[in-house]
Formats: sequence, C-alpha cells, structure tokens
Amino acid sequence: MADVDLSIHAGECLALFGPNGAGKTTLLRLLAGLLRPTSGEVRLLGVPLKGDAAAERGQVGLISHQSMLYDVLTVAENIAFAARLHGVPDADAATEDAMARLGLQGRELTPVRALSRGWQQRVSIARAIVHGPALVLLDEPYTGLDVAGARALTQLLLALREAGAALALVTHSVDEGLALATHAAIMLDGTIRRHEPTASLDAVEYAESYRRLVLEVAA
Amino acid sequence: MTALRPPGTLAAALMIARKDLSMEYRTRSAFFSSLVFSLLGVSIFYMVWDPTAVRPIDMAPGVLWTIFAFAGMLGLHRAFGLELQTRAMDGLLLAPVSREAIFLGKALANLVYVSAVLAVTIPAVVLFYNLEFGSGLLILGGIGVLAAIGLVTVGTLFSSMTVHTRFAELLLPMLALPFFIPVVVPAAQASAKLLVGAELQTVMPWIQVLVAFDLMFGVACVLAFPFTIED
Repeated sequence: MADVDLSIHAGECLALFGPNGAGKTTLLRLLAGLLRPTSGEVRLLGVPLKGDAAAERGQVGLISHQSMLYDVLTVAENIAFAARLHGVPDADAATEDAMARLGLQGRELTPVRALSRGWQQRVSIARAIVHGPALVLLDEPYTGLDVAGARALTQLLLALREAGAALALVTHSVDEGLALATHAAIMLDGTIRRHEPTASLDAVEYAESYRRLVLEVAA
Repeated sequence: MTALRPPGTLAAALMIARKDLSMEYRTRSAFFSSLVFSLLGVSIFYMVWDPTAVRPIDMAPGVLWTIFAFAGMLGLHRAFGLELQTRAMDGLLLAPVSREAIFLGKALANLVYVSAVLAVTIPAVVLFYNLEFGSGLLILGGIGVLAAIGLVTVGTLFSSMTVHTRFAELLLPMLALPFFIPVVVPAAQASAKLLVGAELQTVMPWIQVLVAFDLMFGVACVLAFPFTIED
C-alpha cells in the first residue's frame, strides 16, 4: 500500500471500491489499528492510532468478512460482552437497543451457531455498533443479508451517519456504495486511483469508469 | 457518540475470563478431554508399575506432576484458538482495554480449568497409590495452585505465540514443555517430601522455587504478551 491519503469526517461515509487483492481490507485493518503502518500514520479523532491508544481504538466499530462472534454464546451474550468490554454505561439497555435496530428481537437467547449466515451478520453488525462508535468500518457488510436485512442495514448506516459517525464502507457493488456514501474512492494495487465527493457523480458513468480501471489493471 | 467508561485491567480480565469459562462450561470439550487424559494416564502408570520394585511414595509424585503438565497442556491451545475461529480476537483488540487485561483474562480462565483438572487428578493418584498425606494434603493443594499458576502463565503466552502458526497444536508443547520443567521438578520434590511426612519448613525451599518462577514468569509473560499479538 502506498500514497494513501484519506480523511473521513464526522457524518461522512467513504465508499471504497476495488477488485480482490487491491488492499481494501488491509486499509480497513490499518484504520482500525489492527495493523501498524510501516510508514505514515492513522489518526482517529486527531490522535495517532498506536498500540497504546486504547481509548481511541474503542471508538472504532468493525464489521469484517468474518463474524467476530463466539458461536456457543447467545446473540444477547455476544453483544452484551462487546458492550461491557467497551464500557458502555448501561450495557443491557444498549444491547437491547442494538438488537432492536437489527431486528434481532426474539432471538436473544439463540446461540450464534444456530443462526444462518445472514442472521449472524446482523448480530455481527449489532456487536460492532453497540458502543456507538465514532468510526464504523464495514468490509462487505451486505454479504449474506436478505432483502430485509440489507434494508435494515442501510437504514442503520444512514442513521449512524446522521448521528455523526464516520463510515468507511468496502464493497464491490457501486450502487450499494454510492447510495450511502458522501465520498467514493477506487483502490487498485494498494493505491487510491480516484477519490471524490459523490454529490457530483453520475452513478452510471462512475460504475463504467470503475469497470474500465479494474479491467486495465487485470490486463 | 456514547461516553464510554472502559473497564480497568482487572475488571476487563475478569470479563474475558468469565466469557471463556462460560464457553467452556457449555462445551466442556477441553475440560473433559484433559480429565479423561488424566485418569487414563494415572491408570496406565498404575498398571505398568511394579510395587515390589518401586514404592508408591517414590512413584506417585512423578506420575502426578507429569500428568498434570501434559493434561494442562491439552486445553491451553484453546485459549486463543477459540478467538481465531471467527476472528473474535479482533473484537478484543479493538476494545479499549489493555493488552495485559486480555492476557490476564485468558490466564485466569486457564487457571480455573487447570485447577479443576488438578482437583480430580490429585485424589485419583492418592486413591490409586493408596497414599497418606494427612495434613500435608492442604500443603499439596497449595503447591498445586502455585504449579498451576506457573503452567498457565507460560502456557497462555506460548498459546498466543503459536496460535497463528500452521502447526499450533504441535508447536505449543514443543515450546512450552521445557519451561514446565522448573514447575514440575519442585512440585514433585515437595510432594515426595510431604509423602514421607516432612514438615512445611522442609518443603519450603521447593515452594520458594515455585513462587520465584511464578513471579518471574508472571511479570515476563504479561510484558511479552502485547508483542505476540501485534501484526
């Protein structure tokens, strides 16, 4: 990864597009502080994100390819554990609220391993947002979700954005990304090729431009 | 943005330990495999033992602590293995708690699990070899706790170091077992002295070795742990 210079402000959503292996997931892990850059720095709320920046790390919510859930624990236990570990003042209320936002009522006591991939993804999202993070990193969050789940997620992300959270969304779907994003970027071979606000973008032209870039690199 | 009040190191460690123990309670996979291993080990040692050649008080301490080391080892890999299945470890690393709290939580859960295995293994050895500890049984329990602390501190650190490797379950015993020698030897020596009716002051030097090991490796492992989880 080289020459990556991005900033996401409160209330903004950056949609990051790119083919497999472009470095999108690596970038998200760097933003989360799970990887350390060999040069340069990641700042969260103005503070460099280093190994000892525990409080800043706690302001990140991550939804990754894998569920990050404990499969023998129930839905409520998984979310409540994340809430308590982050120091949410009323963890039980926050857990209930997160479950309600993802339509998980009635499944509180179900072990995660008994859920389908789509429902596990909902629990994973609830776990990631239960502490009201300032920065939400989403790596292909729509994977496995049905229509209702995808709609609930879109509404949730819009609500988080309106509440002032910054979002970074990695997706292959230009339509999904542009529907949420205030900014869009295309990443190829570890570098950012395009980065601009979405307000002035034509979705069809952008999708075609993305397709051409990907094919150029593949060739 | 919610105003968070992140837990302190000890509170976070207790949360992690409670979560791990709750998972172990539901599956009982590590505990039962270690328990079966312990009881089978005691039985096999008993069957190959020639009581006319070796006295039970000479045989039993070695059997007890050797089985303890290997049985304890069986569950240690699980400490971090279960965090990697779904990358739940990332969730722990993102939480606003110190890396040391993660280590302490894992070690605490391992300590409960190893102590539970020991709590079954000691009576099994006492029964099989018809031993008479008398009041020394209490001291033996204390030695067991000290030995368990030493074993889980080193074992938890090596579990974290090896969990990302392809041969984690093979590497863990290879790396950790040499470090268990300073735990097993004093524990076995102290137990042997207790079996011949020695007083506490006679076994104290061996207990001091265990305490010194626990302190030294406890601090070293807590300090080293953050480096084992950095990508």
